[in-house]
Amino acid sequence: MPDRFRITSMKKLKLIANTIRQDVVCMLFEAKSGHSAGSIGLADIFTALYFNVLYHDPKNPGWPDRDRMVLSNGHVCPVLYAALANAGYFPKEELLTLRKLGSRLQGHPHRGALPGIENTSGPLGQGLSQAVGMAIVSRSERRKWRVYCVLSDGEHQEGQVWEAAMLAGKYRLGNLTAILDRNNIQIDGYTEEICPLEPLAEKYRSFGWHVIDVDGHNIKKIIDACEESRAVYEKPTMIIAHTIPGKAISFMEFLAEWHGKSPKKEELDTALAELQKQRDAVETEDF
Amino acid sequence: MIRMAIRADMYLADPLFEPTPKAAPSRDGFGKALLELGEKDPNVWVLTADVSESTRTHWFAEKFPKRFVQTGVAEQNLAGVAAGIAACGKTAFISAYGVFSPGRNWDQVRVSICYNNVPVKIHGSHTGLTVGPDGASHQALEDIAITRVLPNMVVLAPADAEEARKAAHAAAILPGPVYIRTCREKMPVFTTDRTPFEIGKANAYRDGKDVAIFACGAEVYEALRAAESLSKEGIDAAVIGLHTIKPIDEAAIEEWARRTGLIVTVEDHQVNGGMGSAVAEVVSGLQSPVQVIRHGIYDRFCESGEPMELLKKYGLDAAGISDVVKKAMEKKKQ
Repeated sequence: MPDRFRITSMKKLKLIANTIRQDVVCMLFEAKSGHSAGSIGLADIFTALYFNVLYHDPKNPGWPDRDRMVLSNGHVCPVLYAALANAGYFPKEELLTLRKLGSRLQGHPHRGALPGIENTSGPLGQGLSQAVGMAIVSRSERRKWRVYCVLSDGEHQEGQVWEAAMLAGKYRLGNLTAILDRNNIQIDGYTEEICPLEPLAEKYRSFGWHVIDVDGHNIKKIIDACEESRAVYEKPTMIIAHTIPGKAISFMEFLAEWHGKSPKKEELDTALAELQKQRDAVETEDF
Repeated sequence: MIRMAIRADMYLADPLFEPTPKAAPSRDGFGKALLELGEKDPNVWVLTADVSESTRTHWFAEKFPKRFVQTGVAEQNLAGVAAGIAACGKTAFISAYGVFSPGRNWDQVRVSICYNNVPVKIHGSHTGLTVGPDGASHQALEDIAITRVLPNMVVLAPADAEEARKAAHAAAILPGPVYIRTCREKMPVFTTDRTPFEIGKANAYRDGKDVAIFACGAEVYEALRAAESLSKEGIDAAVIGLHTIKPIDEAAIEEWARRTGLIVTVEDHQVNGGMGSAVAEVVSGLQSPVQVIRHGIYDRFCESGEPMELLKKYGLDAAGISDVVKKAMEKKKQ
């Protein structure tokens, strides 16, 4: 049943990622605040997850055997909301209510506020622990559902992430796949200048994880990495997804200053024009 | 004869004072309840952070190893992993010393547990002054304040091992987060299996017309002893056990304020923000407020010492409570 949500056409997936990016810039413009760069940079990963990787049922968000997708860095929730709406969890019109009074789309995601949200997040570093708890339950009860967790790179400066990483290693959680958004930026600047994180892959390997480095904008490679993680039974998997913050919007790419702000009207227009151009290119591409 | 004022419908230990009822640490009652719960409900999980023996969760761990998680010395992760387990429809009890959980992991308790609104039951053991020789760093004297301020949270401070057992059972049934505060030291088990326990309902153990003493945790029995000695000096003190600090029993506070015109609160906790503050908040909203004297630790860190020595030094034994009540009574007469 859940397989009906599994899209394999790369053309279709690229178009969905483009739609998600367009939705996210419009949402952030309407909200007049929020986190642009990370949300845009994660569009390809969320497309891969919600339109190919995850076993889930948008019409039945509480399906007990669904895969769990835990978002740890809650500030990138615009991309989560856009992915959920495009997958059919709630009407797309609601996307433009982001951060507004009375909206189900809270500034940081809140479990129970909106269908499809597995965990409340915002303060960094708390997601992986919850993902570990879920994975322990699934394995203890011999369930088939897996746990996915999206984390940011900057939040690896929080000690709790490493506490969770250590415990996942201890319990050899083969049913846990984490995806680290390695975009190199955080609010105050570049991660390696603020407080260096590298070597991330070696750190995770030494904690007992299977580590895969991947181009975070290559949807096919993201899907393949998730597939690979399913075949690793005795270790949790960390997919280090190298991404460009603000990817696909020229004036946003690579810039830490876009971590925590939203586009103005002319920036929105430029972004949408660029994204539309890319969309037209994908439409004419041969797959 | 001497027990005239003690309420029969509370089914307290008999004799209540001479000799003192058998002593046990309240954490024992909690650990016992986990065993009973583990037997009864396959959805009950228990987690600890390197303190399974001292929090009495090792009893559960031996019997139900598949539903037990040892996180090591990592209280933030402890709270988060429990939140994840609870999000899967389980009831997750987490046990650690109160200073570390909900102390060190307060942000995780706030967001991953309370805002997430998942059924994680936080057991803070070794709370209060009676941790004794470990000293101020390990004496959780702020835990009530930092938990009762959190939305969705229920806060329980059982008075003895038997009440801690009932508190754990009652907490397991609630759909949301609960904080349960227990002590390390052996204290008289003065309640019985017949003593009522209902979350949100104060237990009036002793009737009195001059002053109402509200107490929680280890201070309830000390307050009962104090009331007994005060009666010999002509002061008729009621003693009300507040095992539930949130949601607080407003009706009981209002009733006793009206009946006695003077309230003294006693807790093994800072006077700022604790149970006494909670009582005072209710009284301040009454149409005819009465005086509330808050007794406890007065905005300071304490020190090492034997538990009873510390209670004596900081005025939290029966004699210390009697002194506070007598002073309050003198003021009341003026």
